[in-house]
Amino acid sequence: MEILLAVMVGILYGTGIYMMLRRSMVKLIIGIILLGNGANLLIFLLGRITKGAPPIIPGDAKVFVEAFADPVPQALILTAIVISFGLQSFAIVLVKRAHTVVRTDDLDEMNATDEDS
Amino acid sequence: MRTTIILKTASNYLLPVLLVFSIFILLRGHYLPGGGFVGGLIASIAFILHSFANGLNKTKELLIVHPGFLLPIGLAIAFMSGLAPVVLFDLPFMTGLWSHDPVAILGSVGSALFFDIGVYLVVNGVTLTIIFTISESA
Amino acid sequence: MTQQLILYPLFLQMAISIILMFGWSRIGFQKVFSVFGSILSVGLAVWLFSYIWTNGTQTIQAGNWEAPFGITFVADMLSVTLVLLTAISGLAVSIFSGGSVLKDRLRFGYFPILHFLLLGLNGAFLTGDIFNLYVWFEIIIISSFVLITIGGEKAQLEGAVKYFTLNILASMIFLTAIAVLYGITGSLNMADLAQQVALVENRGLVQITALLFLIGFGIKAGVFPLYFWLPASYHTPPFAVSAIFGGLLTKVGVYALIRVFTLIFVNDPFLNNIILIIAILTLISGGIGALVQNNMRKVFSYLIICHIGYMIAGIGMFTEMAIAGAVFYLVHDIIVKTNLFMVSGVVYRIKGTNSIRDLGGIYANWPRVSLLLFIPLFSLVGIPPLSGFWPKINLIKAGFAGGSYITVGAIIFASFITLVIIAKLWAEVFWKEGKELPLRSNFGYFSKMTTAKRLQFIVPVTFLSIVSLYIGFGAEHIQELSARIADELVNSQGYIDAVLKPKN
Repeated sequence: MEILLAVMVGILYGTGIYMMLRRSMVKLIIGIILLGNGANLLIFLLGRITKGAPPIIPGDAKVFVEAFADPVPQALILTAIVISFGLQSFAIVLVKRAHTVVRTDDLDEMNATDEDS
Repeated sequence: MRTTIILKTASNYLLPVLLVFSIFILLRGHYLPGGGFVGGLIASIAFILHSFANGLNKTKELLIVHPGFLLPIGLAIAFMSGLAPVVLFDLPFMTGLWSHDPVAILGSVGSALFFDIGVYLVVNGVTLTIIFTISESA
Repeated sequence: MTQQLILYPLFLQMAISIILMFGWSRIGFQKVFSVFGSILSVGLAVWLFSYIWTNGTQTIQAGNWEAPFGITFVADMLSVTLVLLTAISGLAVSIFSGGSVLKDRLRFGYFPILHFLLLGLNGAFLTGDIFNLYVWFEIIIISSFVLITIGGEKAQLEGAVKYFTLNILASMIFLTAIAVLYGITGSLNMADLAQQVALVENRGLVQITALLFLIGFGIKAGVFPLYFWLPASYHTPPFAVSAIFGGLLTKVGVYALIRVFTLIFVNDPFLNNIILIIAILTLISGGIGALVQNNMRKVFSYLIICHIGYMIAGIGMFTEMAIAGAVFYLVHDIIVKTNLFMVSGVVYRIKGTNSIRDLGGIYANWPRVSLLLFIPLFSLVGIPPLSGFWPKINLIKAGFAGGSYITVGAIIFASFITLVIIAKLWAEVFWKEGKELPLRSNFGYFSKMTTAKRLQFIVPVTFLSIVSLYIGFGAEHIQELSARIADELVNSQGYIDAVLKPKN
């Protein structure tokens, strides 16, 4: 399972970076999304995948007795997903606005900011 | 945009059902999968479905206020729920406060519930604002 | 109640932002309330600063979950100093925004977002949890995306695409680094991490994680090979937005670098050497970049990069004196860079352009305003006794003590090149005989403004100039402060104990 996930993370990072390096703005966003998913899976993978009970201690015990599943990575992933949801929706709106104003999808043609003014 | 009569009719029934479902998800969130974020998304999906079937203007009439107005209200509720332990008991920010006696249906009510309600409203407001903005300019 | 004092700046900014959102379309109310709230936040920051100065590092566990399980907020001297500087810059920018940002732009929730940005900055400075730091970073960048695109001009949107892409990439790298760090230590609390990382056997993995952090924060701070988004975007938004970005956003990256590389990844010569090399290249490339630019704001953007090099060099040398220099420079730089972009805003209002070639003759027509603008410009260069001079002494002394003469050379080179640039700027913009520029219709020229409107430009510049003069003439106090901060940073055991040992 771990090895499969590790390969998956690698593929997501690779494709994400590849898409970001393309010249099209839409591919840029797809790249960002893939990269975000890769990072989330990486947290999941590195948080140790263990099958176990939820980390709730019975009232009369002080420490865990059985194997338990670490709840932190899930919380981190949830937070990261919410954040990337916000960022990605902003990215889509921004790219759409940029496309209507600049009238191109090609990032190489976006060089108004480098002009000498 | 052409929409089928099936979707149009179904959306009228689906809207209240989805809204009730979103509140159900919101309330079960503390112990089981669910919560404010997912609930808010489901509620916004209800309105988005309605807007697909009946057009954006109809949905806006239905909402009365602009969805963006939900943002400050939701933020204020969530912020107050975090601030309550500071103001009332001088405990650190966002310490969970819980009622002793469980309320019928809801179970124990605590500050976390109000935080979730705030999140629910914010998510709903943000999602609807984004979708409305995108579909208006399309 | 004082136990919770650390969180008050966050509460205040959050409350201001929510109240401003309720008055979404009432711009007049927003302007007044934003300034009022910013004054309150300066007062609060001063209170917090003096409290920490007398009582030492304070911590609070959000949600009352004990460290290292809950999210800790830590206020040590470095954090509260930066919170104070944020409040000061925030006040200046808040006043400046009311006068300089167009009404059409203010309508889109400019002020609520500005205070959200300040909330994010305060949060990033005060948190003691690395994942929480990530969340504050995201709050900062989301707010900054909105601020940079408000208005939606062509150049702005193009700049925003570049800004946006690289900042998201930086966040992803930061998140990856957190994932790896969590994988090897199983902790997220920075004080706990400091202890755990020291115990990890696989040093190679630790170094790779550190490099991921260096790249992630380096993009945000704008260090040598990673800065290209900065000059492509900082000259496009309204001047008030450039001011807050130039003053504070890159400095959050520097703060994060200081925090991570003095607390978690310490005593690693390999990393320190890499940081030092990056610092030298940043100093040189930023300075040379600034030399050839024609747009005033682009010149300042490159100078931001150049001067980030000083602070990074301080971290790279990693002696107490070097870090004191870096911190002193940070204090000076936040104030002066915020001020510089406001200066360019004033110049833009006077002549209607920011192109150095077309500008000129400001001194002849506006002698008093020019003298005011003289202060921030030459504070930046650091002509003694103005504020930029003192931190460099620390850095150069530390460089000689550590025997890294190349660093000393780069620091001197960068100071010299800054002097050349500012002298050129002064000669071209203020002294040179002014060209007759075609008058722009519908443009709010400075000469046509009412006195009240003019004051909205002049008051914040004057305010920050006075602060910079204080940093220059009261350098003894700032030096004492930076020495104390450096002592706290180098002897990080105090920080760790404050977080992990319960007080009672």
